[in-house]
Amino acid sequence: MPIAREREIHIRLEGVQKSFSELEVLKDINLEIQNGEFIAIVGESGCGKSTLLRLLAGLEKPSSGVIKINESPLQQLNTNARLMFQDGRLLPWKRVIDNVHVGIPDGKKEKAREALCNVGLENRAKDWPRTLSGGQKQRVALARALVNDPNLLLLDEPLGALDALTRIEMQDLIESLWQSSGFTSILVTHDVEEAVAIADRVILIENGVIRLNRQIDLERPRQRTNLEFRLYVEEIMDNIMKRKKSNIHPLKQRILTASM
Amino acid sequence: MKQWINKFSIKIIPWLVPLLLLISWQFLSSIGVIPKRILPAPMEVIQAAQTLMSTGELYEHITVSLGRALFGFFIGGLIGFLLGIFNGISRYSELLFDTSVQMLRNIPHLALIPLVILWFGIDETSKVFLVALGVLFPVYINTYHGIKSVDKGLIEMGKAYGLKGRALFFTVIFPGAMSSILIGIRFSLGVMWLTLIVAETISSHSGIGYMAMNAREFMQMDVIVLSVVLYALLGKLSDVIAKYFEGKLLKWDI
Ligand SMILES: Nc1ncnc2c1ncn2[C@@H]1O[C@H](COP(=O)(O)OP(=O)(O)OP(=O)(O)O)[C@@H](O)[C@H]1O
Ligand SMILES: [Mg+2]
Repeated sequence: MPIAREREIHIRLEGVQKSFSELEVLKDINLEIQNGEFIAIVGESGCGKSTLLRLLAGLEKPSSGVIKINESPLQQLNTNARLMFQDGRLLPWKRVIDNVHVGIPDGKKEKAREALCNVGLENRAKDWPRTLSGGQKQRVALARALVNDPNLLLLDEPLGALDALTRIEMQDLIESLWQSSGFTSILVTHDVEEAVAIADRVILIENGVIRLNRQIDLERPRQRTNLEFRLYVEEIMDNIMKRKKSNIHPLKQRILTASM
Repeated sequence: MKQWINKFSIKIIPWLVPLLLLISWQFLSSIGVIPKRILPAPMEVIQAAQTLMSTGELYEHITVSLGRALFGFFIGGLIGFLLGIFNGISRYSELLFDTSVQMLRNIPHLALIPLVILWFGIDETSKVFLVALGVLFPVYINTYHGIKSVDKGLIEMGKAYGLKGRALFFTVIFPGAMSSILIGIRFSLGVMWLTLIVAETISSHSGIGYMAMNAREFMQMDVIVLSVVLYALLGKLSDVIAKYFEGKLLKWDI
């Protein structure tokens, strides 16, 4: 269980709906997130996962419905939250350490150095971002997100562009930082296995509503080869693919079901 | 050691061809293949420079030209820069000014010379005005586009991290536009010299262009060539300075 924090955060989404002019992206999202929980959000491309994160970060407002942070409605930028993006978004004109420093505008440099240490990049502090590998850039972005000790870490496919090995390394890093700091975390991912490996709860969004809300009751550290692990992955995959199954040739479908 | 030679040759090799040309020019002049009345020898141009330097004339003409160039560049550049910044960040300012600026941009500023002479006479104001006008648009366009094309993702990141207003501008937007702004400045330095050459040649009482036009009346070929060389040197100098600042300001990009 995550360690207790002085400042707790409870999040509740009540009937959250979001449209962009004609397009209704999120229809009716109801969700409660406990302090310290690790949530993974999966769903098809374009189903509104990033939109949901931007709403939680307070970068945009719901068209209707309400997001409550510790029982008070979120009206502006969510100062409890830090957002991390798929493409890192480091400022190319700032050195690594100064990029981390962006996370604490009025803070001390010392904290930035400490955050870099936590992601294992203290020796690259003075380098320009362009000299880093993709995985290292994401580590810096993670350090920047965590430097101010946020209560809520929002991750928008932060590992999507990394190779398989670096991904697993980063997943372990995120998990261990989450375990040691106890922040609440919401991870958007395309990778169901990643979701099952890291999250307490996996949420599937489809057609603007939550279609599946599955608690993952597995001990940590989780074994990916474990039978129960595979069953969780397959259950979620089933739910994602369901709509499409009818399009598959009946014979192929039988083989698919048999193999699952 | 090898590296040192390499660095050395990188500095030297580009100058070999110009040097060779200069030497053959001098040689062909001295054996009379190039007549003096068509083109004076390099040594004569240097002698003309020495004579004019000893009277203090050369120094005066250069200072006058340089003053006009820099003053016009400063005014035009500042206006273009500020307009570019405001139109880049404020939708209202853009709505109000951008179309007008884009329309004015299409008037070739050198075509205004007769009008400018009628307005300001042939004294300093007309030259400074023309230079400022010529410099304004390239600086404006590049500043404006630089600001407009700053990565939206970085701006969103900045906002998500609590930056707004001035902090957002100086942390994300302005550095993001910097390379484009510098391109505008470097381009407009070329425009600055070109405008000044034309303006000084057509109407002037002083400056390098006047020196050349005056020399023409007395058939002083060496002085005319000297003016051309001076313009070239000044142009090159400003380019070198601009490049130096580019290297300093964009060192994260190299
Ligand atoms: N600012 C915006 N204006 C108009 N439409 C938008 C805007 N932001 C998102 N959308 C639309 O909302 C829908 C959901 O976008 P979103 O980025 O949330 O999807 P996503 O689930 O994150 O997809 P992906 O997995 O590909 O990242 C898309 O159809 C997108 O075009
Ligand atoms: Mg997305």
